[in-house]
Amino acid sequence: MKERLYELKQEALRRIDEAKDVKALNDVRVAYLGKKGPITEVLRGMGALPPEERPKLGALANEVRAAIQQALEAKQAKLEQEEVERKLAAEAIDVTLPGRPVSLGNPHPLTRVIEEIEDLFIGMGYTVAEGPEVETDYYNFEALNLPKGHPARDMQDSFYITEEILLRTHTSPMQARTMEKHRGRGPVKIICPGKVYRRDTDDATHSHQFTQIEGLVVDRNIRMSDLKGTLREFARKLFGEGRDIRFRPSFFPFTEPSVEVDVSCFRCEGRGCGVCKGTGWIEILGAGMVHPNVLEMAGFDSKTYTGFAFGMGPERIAMLKYGIDDIRHFYQNDLRFLRQFLRV
Amino acid sequence: MLVSYRWLSEYVDLTGVTAAELADRITKSGIEVERVEALDRGMNGVVIGHVLECEPHPNADKLRKCLVDLGEGEPVQIICGAPNVAKGQKVAVAKVGAVLPGNFKIKRAKLRGEESNGMICSLQELGVETKVVPKEYADGIFVFPSDAPVGADALEWLGLHDEVLELSLTPNRADCLSMIGVAYEVAAILGREVKLPKAAVKETNENVHDYISVRVEAPEDNPLYAGRIVKNVRIGPSPLWMQARLMAAGIRPHNNVVDITNYILLEYGQPLHAFDYDRLGSQEIVVRRAKAGETIVTLDDVERKLTEDHLVITNGREPVALAGVMGGANSEVRDDTKTVFIEAAYFTSPVIRQAVKDHGLRSEASTRFEKGIDPARTKEALERAAALMAEYAGGEVVGGVVEASVWREEPVAVTVTLERINGVLGTAMSKEEVAVILSNLQFPFTEDNGTFTIDVPSRRRDIAIEEDIIEEVARLYGYDRLPATLPVAEAKPGGLTPHQAKRRRVRRYLEGAGLFQAITYSLTSPDKAARFALETAELVRLALPMSEERSVLRQSLIPHLLEAASYNRARQVENVALYEIGSVYLSKGEGVQPAEKERLAGVLTGLWHAHLWQGEKKAVDFYVAKGILDGLFDLFGLAARIEYKPAKRADLHPGRTAEIALDGKVIGFVGQLHPAVQKEYDLKETYVFELALADLLNAESEAIRYEPIPRFPSVVRDIALVVDEMVEAGALKQAIAEAGKPLVKDVSLFDVYQGERLPAGKKSLAFSLRFYDPERTLTDEEVTAVYERVLAAVEQQFGAVLRG
Ligand SMILES: [Zn+2]
Repeated sequence: MKERLYELKQEALRRIDEAKDVKALNDVRVAYLGKKGPITEVLRGMGALPPEERPKLGALANEVRAAIQQALEAKQAKLEQEEVERKLAAEAIDVTLPGRPVSLGNPHPLTRVIEEIEDLFIGMGYTVAEGPEVETDYYNFEALNLPKGHPARDMQDSFYITEEILLRTHTSPMQARTMEKHRGRGPVKIICPGKVYRRDTDDATHSHQFTQIEGLVVDRNIRMSDLKGTLREFARKLFGEGRDIRFRPSFFPFTEPSVEVDVSCFRCEGRGCGVCKGTGWIEILGAGMVHPNVLEMAGFDSKTYTGFAFGMGPERIAMLKYGIDDIRHFYQNDLRFLRQFLRV
Repeated sequence: MLVSYRWLSEYVDLTGVTAAELADRITKSGIEVERVEALDRGMNGVVIGHVLECEPHPNADKLRKCLVDLGEGEPVQIICGAPNVAKGQKVAVAKVGAVLPGNFKIKRAKLRGEESNGMICSLQELGVETKVVPKEYADGIFVFPSDAPVGADALEWLGLHDEVLELSLTPNRADCLSMIGVAYEVAAILGREVKLPKAAVKETNENVHDYISVRVEAPEDNPLYAGRIVKNVRIGPSPLWMQARLMAAGIRPHNNVVDITNYILLEYGQPLHAFDYDRLGSQEIVVRRAKAGETIVTLDDVERKLTEDHLVITNGREPVALAGVMGGANSEVRDDTKTVFIEAAYFTSPVIRQAVKDHGLRSEASTRFEKGIDPARTKEALERAAALMAEYAGGEVVGGVVEASVWREEPVAVTVTLERINGVLGTAMSKEEVAVILSNLQFPFTEDNGTFTIDVPSRRRDIAIEEDIIEEVARLYGYDRLPATLPVAEAKPGGLTPHQAKRRRVRRYLEGAGLFQAITYSLTSPDKAARFALETAELVRLALPMSEERSVLRQSLIPHLLEAASYNRARQVENVALYEIGSVYLSKGEGVQPAEKERLAGVLTGLWHAHLWQGEKKAVDFYVAKGILDGLFDLFGLAARIEYKPAKRADLHPGRTAEIALDGKVIGFVGQLHPAVQKEYDLKETYVFELALADLLNAESEAIRYEPIPRFPSVVRDIALVVDEMVEAGALKQAIAEAGKPLVKDVSLFDVYQGERLPAGKKSLAFSLRFYDPERTLTDEEVTAVYERVLAAVEQQFGAVLRG
């Protein structure tokens, strides 16, 4: 009988091993461990044994049952695992197929540049001032030390509406407007972005409408060296840490002294290339110390207060930064152009 | 201003400073040198030759066979095509082996069977611009004076071994419109001296007043008028060196008298005019404003109508010159002129500018008067001109100067302290450093305990206040030596205004929603300006537009956005989603600034969304546009206060347009473009919207307040209602929400059906209602009661019945 139990065990284990699916395994379970199974049958025949043998055989039968049970469980787990794997395999997809697109738009490159510059100066304590695009001759010219008949008015041919009203030719009118609001008391620390207009025929380098950003700081003891430090900080943040700036003397009626500001070329690190026309420097700004006439006209005492002002063209900066070759791109709104400014 | 390096070196010692170095230093100290050009451009091997023989080429009508002595070896045969070549001439010959501009090498050649050993050159072939070549040589070779030495370097004689600096002058530096002015600038930069030209006039013992008198009737336009008579002049070419300098400066030589006036103009910045005294027609000069209707024929043979805005030089009866701009043809110096009246005057800027503007005539003279000359040098220039005419035109200078003047040199004294200089610049200069700079500028000054008092020379009319002196000091000190500091001030945080910050949120939202920002022009044409406008007013028109297309300011952003959409479609970009934030301009009446109102507008056309391989494809429709706006209103917490009302607006689809009201006030619209307009712009189905941005951004919305997260389950019931097809879903939804208060928290439409399963003229709208009470779990009976109440309400208001 012992031998019979060993036989049954071997037989059951073999069938378990051969079972291909959960159903086959169940058949084995029912066949060997069921109430009418062969092990029960063997035990029923135990009466024929001497009494001292019976417990041993009982123990052996239990051992065999346990071994079969264990094998069944192990096989069951393995089959289930295989089942899951088969199912998952059947669910496989081509992960290289395109994803469902999320349509994103993006800001205009000029807005991108303007906001970057705004944020940079906001970080230095500036506020953003905005004003009318249709200006009075007074704010656009006279308050900026450009009286009627001043030769420098030739430099900026303007779109007049009446003799006294015109489309602003620069964002500088905001200097006078903001200073007036301060009623002769500093500090004033603003930047003014906005649209401006000049009588130019549109071509690759001219646009009758373009944008400007003006900056103005007025306080006691503002020095020209502060202008240099501020603009150097600006250039480094906008064009990269290694940048340097240089001042070249220039002339603007509303500043004295006046300078043009170059930044060392970010393309060639100053060695000379196509971007900087071989000079290693790129002109990006006009700046200077606020002319005492401008301060006085706006109600500031030019003996106690000094200030600096600067102005730059986002178009030019965007063209330099992104390598854009034609200013008209900014106003054609060709999506093939606009879409290129999505990236962070 | 074109500045010859060699000419300049007559006034300032330029030893040890090359033209390129000089250009760099001038630029660094304030005047931009745009370029430096070597006039000889790598040429060599060009000598003065003597044409010994000149006969027709045996095989070519237009060629001449010349025998030319080059001053070395045997004379050579050269074939020449110039019509003016002749025996006996001294000419420029590019020898065999010579190199001309453009790396053009001269080789021995055979021309129509005849040997040619070099080339006889025109000035153009030597790199001189045609516009400055003397007229008589413009179409042929240049002929040297007969005393030119054979075999000498022709380029040297033509002044071409020189470099020219082109200065780009800002309006304040009119003083550098003269060689002497540039000399002062360069002397200040280099710390060297200025050597001024001498003008010693030998006069006859006649008296100029016996020849002519001068009266100025418009002294505010002409504060100073002076003149001299030079008699017995012999008109002819001016000396070659003078012609060369004029050409290098961009002025065409004419004859000795005219060339001398131009030479002085370049040297002193003082325009002069030479009249033929015998053709003046009187013995008096009267300077006055022109009379209306008067005319003058100017030197260019154009008859010009004059007005009282113009200043004229007259002979007492009629104009003989348009003052400061151009002489009259009637008194022009000609080949037979014997006696010359030289005018040296100071005309003020406005009257000259007016004449230039009215007659479209800008000359070297008028440019200088417009920018302002130095009247302190006017008479000195006259002296120098008279002396040169005596020397180079064989004239005799009549004794004395005629003059009419109200001009007095007014001293300009500027005071500035060392402390102020360093305070404004942020530098730590010493008194001595400042003093050296002022001395180099040749500004007379005194210094007392750090206070400088500068006596500004009349040539620097741009300097009037202490800041001007600070600038002079700064630029000559060198901006590269300026330290870099940051303003020392109370630390105040910067930032955007709430309006600016919210506007950025609008941008980011729209971009996140898939729209690209456009920027279009503010100027447009009158027919487009007010189209689609939310609000219109009188158009704001430019006084002098450049074109009709850009003649008025826009009142809506949509027309240009449609153009952008159309532009894209024409370039195969079919799916367009653009928005713009910008101003529109509404007139508030003549002579006042218009109202500028910010608008937000958008245009959508083509596919809104496509994911083709999964079969998803969604074209833009009304609800796409509306959904974008809904999100925006949600963002600003205004959704509940917004209402869309069906509307009919010009150029929009009459059945697919809604006006958008906030608290009952219309703030914008959204709709489909009218098919006719779509066609006009060559667009397919297109949707547009425009909002008054300020109304959106200024609307007060409630601050965020936390609402407890639901603790009890809510109950959802659907309700499908059959109503007349004219019933608006919005109204029905509103009625459901109203009747369901307070337990119905959300009402959302989830199905719309109209079709054969319903009677004609009917539609079904299905809503999902969410019931909730924050205090407890609702019972079925409570929900049903409210549901019945809702049903009764919509039945009563809209005749709605439950869909079976
Ligand atoms: Zn570079």
